Amino acid sequence: MCAVCGCANTAPASAGHEHDHPHPHEHAHPHKHKHEHQHEHQHEHQQVHAHHADHVAVDADSGDMHYGAGPARVSVPGISQARAIRLEQNVLAENNRHASCNRHSFAERGMLALNLVSSPGSGKTTLLCATIAALRSRANELPVAVIEGDQQTSFDADRIRATGAAAIQINTGKGCHLDAQMVGAALPRLYPGAIADAGGVLFIENVGNLVCPALWDLGEAAKVVILSVTEGEDKPLKYPDMFGAARLMVLNKTDLLPHLQFDVARCIAYARRINPHIEVLQLSATSGAGMDAWLDWIMAAHGGVPQASADGNAHSILRAPDPLAARIAALEAELAALKRQGGAA
Amino acid sequence: MHEMSLAGSILRVVEAAAEREHFVRVTLLRIEAGALAGVEAGALRFALEVMAQDTCLQGARIDIDTPPAAAWCMQCCTSVAMLARGDPCEHCGNAQLQPTSGTELRVVDMMVDDI
Repeated sequence: MCAVCGCANTAPASAGHEHDHPHPHEHAHPHKHKHEHQHEHQHEHQQVHAHHADHVAVDADSGDMHYGAGPARVSVPGISQARAIRLEQNVLAENNRHASCNRHSFAERGMLALNLVSSPGSGKTTLLCATIAALRSRANELPVAVIEGDQQTSFDADRIRATGAAAIQINTGKGCHLDAQMVGAALPRLYPGAIADAGGVLFIENVGNLVCPALWDLGEAAKVVILSVTEGEDKPLKYPDMFGAARLMVLNKTDLLPHLQFDVARCIAYARRINPHIEVLQLSATSGAGMDAWLDWIMAAHGGVPQASADGNAHSILRAPDPLAARIAALEAELAALKRQGGAA
Repeated sequence: MHEMSLAGSILRVVEAAAEREHFVRVTLLRIEAGALAGVEAGALRFALEVMAQDTCLQGARIDIDTPPAAAWCMQCCTSVAMLARGDPCEHCGNAQLQPTSGTELRVVDMMVDDI
């Protein structure tokens, strides 16, 4: 049983809860060094190898000296009371453990979890309300739920609940982003009943902030960055971490384009400069333009429901090919071919 | 303000180590915050100093190392230096760079006092 969240994941300690997404786990270095260091491994089961201690505990009343009180129960003369402890521990390791647990929960329940990020005022909540209504008419049986993140108020969750979908509001107080522990704690409240067949789509509307949420994995399948055309086409360059981390960019409020100086092509080019594989959709939540393609994307990502588009093929577009792995494979093939040529000559 | 959250995480790492290792005070804490880690070192230091009050970290010297960003260019297949995410390759101008260092954010090691 996982010591973090009690889930049934019994993956071996060295692998942690790795599922489809790689995490930046730091693994401690091999056991090569000498005895004066303590080190700690970033595994589920903590293993501390005590090599030394020279801890002397002095009884205040009698003056008796106890050398066996330290971790190794022994005193080694000549080594000082100060010591070094080597940790090499990723600061975000705890968040990433919670994120792994969440990812496992989503996979177990066949749920698609999307992390919606943007500046405040980009139209995330309006888009969500429109999306919920559209999903209901296209695929009524698909359960949809929302986790809302804001510093204060439950306005957004109230708006979602008014559409008939389940929603939980998380108020972060002074916090500027949702983290994986918060999402993990909200899940059983959102799905109190038989979680096993929850399925469907979970939209996580993050705190309006184009900076911080990029760092915090929630366990989602993908980040979707929402950029409204009233914000300026250079946003992708100004906030590279966020646009770099997103799978899809949704350009919202396209109905306002006639009134603005917004260059759509340039904005998309900027986004692709930061993230060559980012997908782009343009829509207006208020006019409905482009909403079909957005729903197609969600349904394809969910994987189980056929797309409404012409090709009729359902595929999980979130399992996009890894560009680095593809490039390495191509180079290896080239190298192999060159070696063969060299050998034959 | 997420440097505060990160400082909180770092403090938790240190306190968990204190529970396991039974030291009373940290005298030196070394952290690595790479150039691509999305962290402002000065803000992190400030946040840590605030969070350290009344903990085993209070009064510790904090060293924040910022390893420079480096990446592998997928087009010309060489390692290149990088200043920030979004920079193109200095040789071929391609923007498809895979970061190889500079993304770390970790507690490296610390010096502690047992008494």
